[in-house]
Amino acid sequence: MSKNILVFCETEAGAPRKSALELLSKGRELAAALGASLSAMVIGAADATTLGSYGATTVYAVSGDASSTEGVVTAVQGAVSASGATVVLASASALARDAFPRLSARIGAGLVVECTDLRVDGGRVVARRPIYAGKALADVEVRSAIALYTTRPNSFPLSASGGAAAAVVAVSPAASAGTTVKLVEVLAPAGATVDLTEAERIVSGGRSLKSKEQFDAVVRPLAASARATPGASRAAVDAGYAGHGDQVGQTGKVVNPTLYIALGISGAIQHLAGMRTSRVIVAVNKDPEAPIFQHASYGIVADLFEVAPALQKEFQKALL
Amino acid sequence: MKVGVCLKQVPATDTRIRINGAGTGIETGDVKFETNPYDEYAVEAATQLKEQKKATEVVIFTLGEAGAESRIRDALARGADRAVRLDDPAFAGSDSLGKARILAAALKAEDISLVLCGRQAVDTDSSSVPAMIAELLGFAQASWVDKLSVDGGNFSANRAAGSGAREVVTGALPAVVSCDKGLNTPRYASLPNIMAAKKKPIVVKNAAALGIDPASVGAGAALVVETRLTLPPGRPAGRILQGDAATVAAELVSLLRNEAKVI
Ligand SMILES: Cc1cc2nc3c(=O)[nH]c(=O)nc-3n(C[C@H](O)[C@H](O)[C@H](O)COP(=O)(O)OP(=O)(O)OC[C@H]3O[C@@H](n4cnc5c(N)ncnc54)[C@H](O)[C@@H]3O)c2cc1C
Repeated sequence: MSKNILVFCETEAGAPRKSALELLSKGRELAAALGASLSAMVIGAADATTLGSYGATTVYAVSGDASSTEGVVTAVQGAVSASGATVVLASASALARDAFPRLSARIGAGLVVECTDLRVDGGRVVARRPIYAGKALADVEVRSAIALYTTRPNSFPLSASGGAAAAVVAVSPAASAGTTVKLVEVLAPAGATVDLTEAERIVSGGRSLKSKEQFDAVVRPLAASARATPGASRAAVDAGYAGHGDQVGQTGKVVNPTLYIALGISGAIQHLAGMRTSRVIVAVNKDPEAPIFQHASYGIVADLFEVAPALQKEFQKALL
Repeated sequence: MKVGVCLKQVPATDTRIRINGAGTGIETGDVKFETNPYDEYAVEAATQLKEQKKATEVVIFTLGEAGAESRIRDALARGADRAVRLDDPAFAGSDSLGKARILAAALKAEDISLVLCGRQAVDTDSSSVPAMIAELLGFAQASWVDKLSVDGGNFSANRAAGSGAREVVTGALPAVVSCDKGLNTPRYASLPNIMAAKKKPIVVKNAAALGIDPASVGAGAALVVETRLTLPPGRPAGRILQGDAATVAAELVSLLRNEAKVI
């Protein structure tokens, strides 16, 4: 049987998410190196044109319930057997984090989560993933016939193939006996911005903001002017300046933006753990000895309450 | 209802990680181990369920060597009743699925109906074992939960959802719930409770006691293998911008656009 790579594409309002297109871009490179074909799967209706233009030749449109763990597990299992895929890629979203370990145990397929790189070496896929909160990197191989990988958003550049619309194959997996968990209500996040884990730009504030009022008056407007998602250190979260969902770091969210601006954050090892892979790090801190400066691409030694408004003006001008 | 808490010790979060000469693991000689921070939320949640008279007993399950017992005692001091430590040379080198198999066998033997885990262990950062246990036992699951209530045979949980949202889910026990920051504030153990915890039982079980085929766990059965560890590449030295606020702000935005090309 010929080899097939299957990309689990999450959708939003019917369109594939950016993280899915990233994975197809990477999947194409892996498929070429493995001599494999590249397929996509969606739960629900497929946007065959977009998926095709990123290199999927076939898309498996699976009927199922993307809002339940069991629905996702059954749907991916259905697409894996319909496609005969031996490599399955998914973005490390809340949904995949929840469902893929369960799928792994169900079908006996090795799972490697939160990969930041995938490459082919001697005909085998080698995944690289951060461990110990990014303080080390592990190269990981899978020994089962089917291998499952989830990858961190923003790990791979987008590149369209300009391919034709993918052929659509409908899959209706038999409903499993399943478990009893039901979705009752979706609680939308407080801000209307992109979630930290997927954000390309982040502006974070620390303990130095001193109050929720100042956090709201300084960090959030600067973030808005840079079209960034606001984030916070644990010290700021525990003091109530920002919500738990805003925390970056070892016990918060691991982020991977192209631009990370840290305002009055010291750069504790547990904070660095969450943002060290950011492409460009900017630190504003009045203490020239603050550890964050050792990781900053650009450093400003100054009072953040003076720099932030000036920066906000510049971003407003630059990003008209 | 018996509540089980899966608890692991991990290197303290401020540990500087060093890789061993062979590139196969980390140097652990001078590493200080702590309870996985997320597991502390699980212990606290279990203790609160007991105080609310919803849990009849709280049992800690730890896959690990004798060195982990100080972390188990700490959980017993915070309110758990007893512990089962899972230890066998055959367990060494297990991948997430192998670990889940061992824990699932132990949980089943104790007739646990609510399993609380941390959302991830901050060493492997895999966040996989809870959902794997749920599948192996045929239990319901809720992942990365920051609000939990249990009533009779049912639970309600706020779990992490896409794009930073949260979802309220309900289900019937038995279930596995993985606990996120925000669920509660773990208590400190009082001195009398620390003393009392010394007398609480810790039972050690091996593969035979759990009825596990040694060939189904450990390095030989691992589907996922770490072949090499490396340290992350250092970041190139940065640049400190000089001048008053307006000057550095203008220079920074220009550098971000023209040099770093990120805006
Ligand atoms: C188990 C564990 C898990 C943890 N997980 C996390 C985590 O996930 N995320 C996290 O962030 N932390 C985490 N921490 C906490 C971490 O160790 C630090 O305490 C925390 O990151 C410090 O936050 P901070 O930088 O805002 O505060 P501080 O360390 O107090 O730093 C404040 C900084 O602001 C600067 N400053 C003050 N005023 C101004 C001003 N006006 N202008 C400019 N600069 C100013 C100061 O020079 C200082 O550098 C964890 C700790 C533990 C033990």
